[in-house]
Amino acid sequence: MSDTVLSVRDLTVVVHGDGPPEAIVDGVSFDLKRGEILGLVGESGSGKSVTSRALIRLLPGARLGIAGGSAVLGGRDILALDENSVRAVRGGEIGMIFQNPSSHLDPVMTIGRQIAESIRFHRSVSRGEARRQAIDILRQVGIPDPERRYDAYPHEFSGGMRQRAMIAVALACDPDVLIADEPTTALDVTVQAQILKLLMDLRDTRGVSIIFITHDLGVVSQICDRVAVMYGGRIVEVGDKRDIIGNGRHPYTAGLVACQPAEGHPGERVRTIAGQPPRVGQMPPGCRFHPRCPKADAVCMQTRPPLEASGTAHLVACHHPVLNAQEVAS
Amino acid sequence: MSVKASPLLEVTALNVHFGGTSLIPAFAGPTLRAVNGVSLTVMPGETLGLVGESGSGKSTLGRAILRIGDLTSGEILFDGTDMARATVGDLARLRRQTAMIFQDPYGALNPRMRVGEAIAEVLRVHRKVPRDKIGARVAELLNLVGLDEGYARSRPVDLSGGQCQRVGIARALAVEPKLIVADECVAALDVSIQGQIINLLMDLRERIGMAIIFIAHDLAIVRRLCDRVAVMYLGRIVEIGPTEQVFTDPSHPYTASLLRAIPDIDPDKGLPANPLTGEPPSPLALPCGCAFHPRCPKALPQCSTGEPPSLEGVGPHRAACILPPGEITI
Repeated sequence: MSDTVLSVRDLTVVVHGDGPPEAIVDGVSFDLKRGEILGLVGESGSGKSVTSRALIRLLPGARLGIAGGSAVLGGRDILALDENSVRAVRGGEIGMIFQNPSSHLDPVMTIGRQIAESIRFHRSVSRGEARRQAIDILRQVGIPDPERRYDAYPHEFSGGMRQRAMIAVALACDPDVLIADEPTTALDVTVQAQILKLLMDLRDTRGVSIIFITHDLGVVSQICDRVAVMYGGRIVEVGDKRDIIGNGRHPYTAGLVACQPAEGHPGERVRTIAGQPPRVGQMPPGCRFHPRCPKADAVCMQTRPPLEASGTAHLVACHHPVLNAQEVAS
Repeated sequence: MSVKASPLLEVTALNVHFGGTSLIPAFAGPTLRAVNGVSLTVMPGETLGLVGESGSGKSTLGRAILRIGDLTSGEILFDGTDMARATVGDLARLRRQTAMIFQDPYGALNPRMRVGEAIAEVLRVHRKVPRDKIGARVAELLNLVGLDEGYARSRPVDLSGGQCQRVGIARALAVEPKLIVADECVAALDVSIQGQIINLLMDLRERIGMAIIFIAHDLAIVRRLCDRVAVMYLGRIVEIGPTEQVFTDPSHPYTASLLRAIPDIDPDKGLPANPLTGEPPSPLALPCGCAFHPRCPKALPQCSTGEPPSLEGVGPHRAACILPPGEITI
């Protein structure tokens, strides 16, 4: 269980604009263990999606570029591979599922053929064998009557079934790592529960490691083993989910948990974090959270806090970490 | 509640159907029953939550009430006038006394118009203030929603999502409405910003006293904000009642499974043990009897035949289910 599948070190993605390049993913490091579900949590613009796209070398937009760092998967640094080798990694060792399955499935190709295409791209098997494997994987993701559904088009599937189909495409070549970028955000809450259960079952049966990107802390605490909290392109806190949810030591993590609408009583005002998340082009110096932080002082405005250990396997990047949950409340 | 005040809004047997008609009857497709015999009342100053999964008809209902969308039949008594059969004059009055807040804060604003112009336009069209007082009123409205009056010169693209939503609310308040329909108005915002908008709505409700129909799929927010809640499934209200009663003691199995499916932030709770299977059927082909029976864990043989059950119950808490109340647990 404890061996590391993917090891990311100092991953930096910059955006080239009018001024000097600005890091929107700034020195991100984490390890993903075999069979682990790691939650990547943050608000819009925190760099969580860009981090995941950098790992499959599909950065959205020509102005974005990887400026440094490494990501070692199976003894190779993905970030240093040439384009041909990266294509073998995408869909091979790393599978990816997205928020909106309709825009990531080919609308004019049957579901089954999209899975079989991926299998035949990565492995030399016959058409018949690819079809057999594709039907098998459709059954594993819980699509009823897979032999008949193999020939169905995406529009004939409901939203939840389409998400299952995309999971099937991603898992077709038995990847070591599955990157799930907000896979349940567009789904209804009852269907979300089904997909979360499916992902956990697949982790248990196939031993795949999952990077689960979301902004929903409820989802995180239900399915993740460890959680990394991102803010302004940096990981501000990472640890076991029990260390993060409710016992977070970074003021941002603590604030994020406190401002869940479920925390508190009806009619009571919701706790908020004042201000806005930083925008590209206007990243503050020092700790990027300092303009919104209640504990910020002169040091926070100038010096970037390093990600330091705060207990076993719990890292925090803060000059003035929160002591405990009571301190936030007062 | 004081002595029996008369309701601000009284909707009776409202139907909104799409399609099903054609110049040549043989080519008529099936009818989509988006809203099916809905009756509800809203008291002045009350906040009614409207929850349900996608396709349940909650947005269609909200739009039909404001006569932004068409309706097929039924009665909408607003302040004593039947707006379902409104004259041009009645509609103009409805527009002056109601407003809508939309989900996509950018999409709801004209990107080429400065914020101040966008708010002034509402004041001008409805002749709310004399021409020379418009500037002062715009500044007043911006302050009301927590924005500096300097933002009047900004364009939507310069604002964050939360700021745009505040402008959307300022435009809604410009008509001094008695009723606001807020359609998923925080769903597109970050968690830390969601709270700011919810608190703003709570403040405004206290200061201005308008009634709100709050359409949302996030039950935690509805619980925090709303006095009463109506749960919709496939075009019908299946349960309606005071928010805390519905959330702690649901009387419809759909409400119970919806509550069960919300991922709990407590890491020790685990995923819901038996999530609802399947997805809502197409509203083009509604099942016979209770529309929920194909997914209902407790369905009886008589649930699948005859007319769908009507809202029953004594007092304000009513549900459309034939099961005895003790049968339903969260």
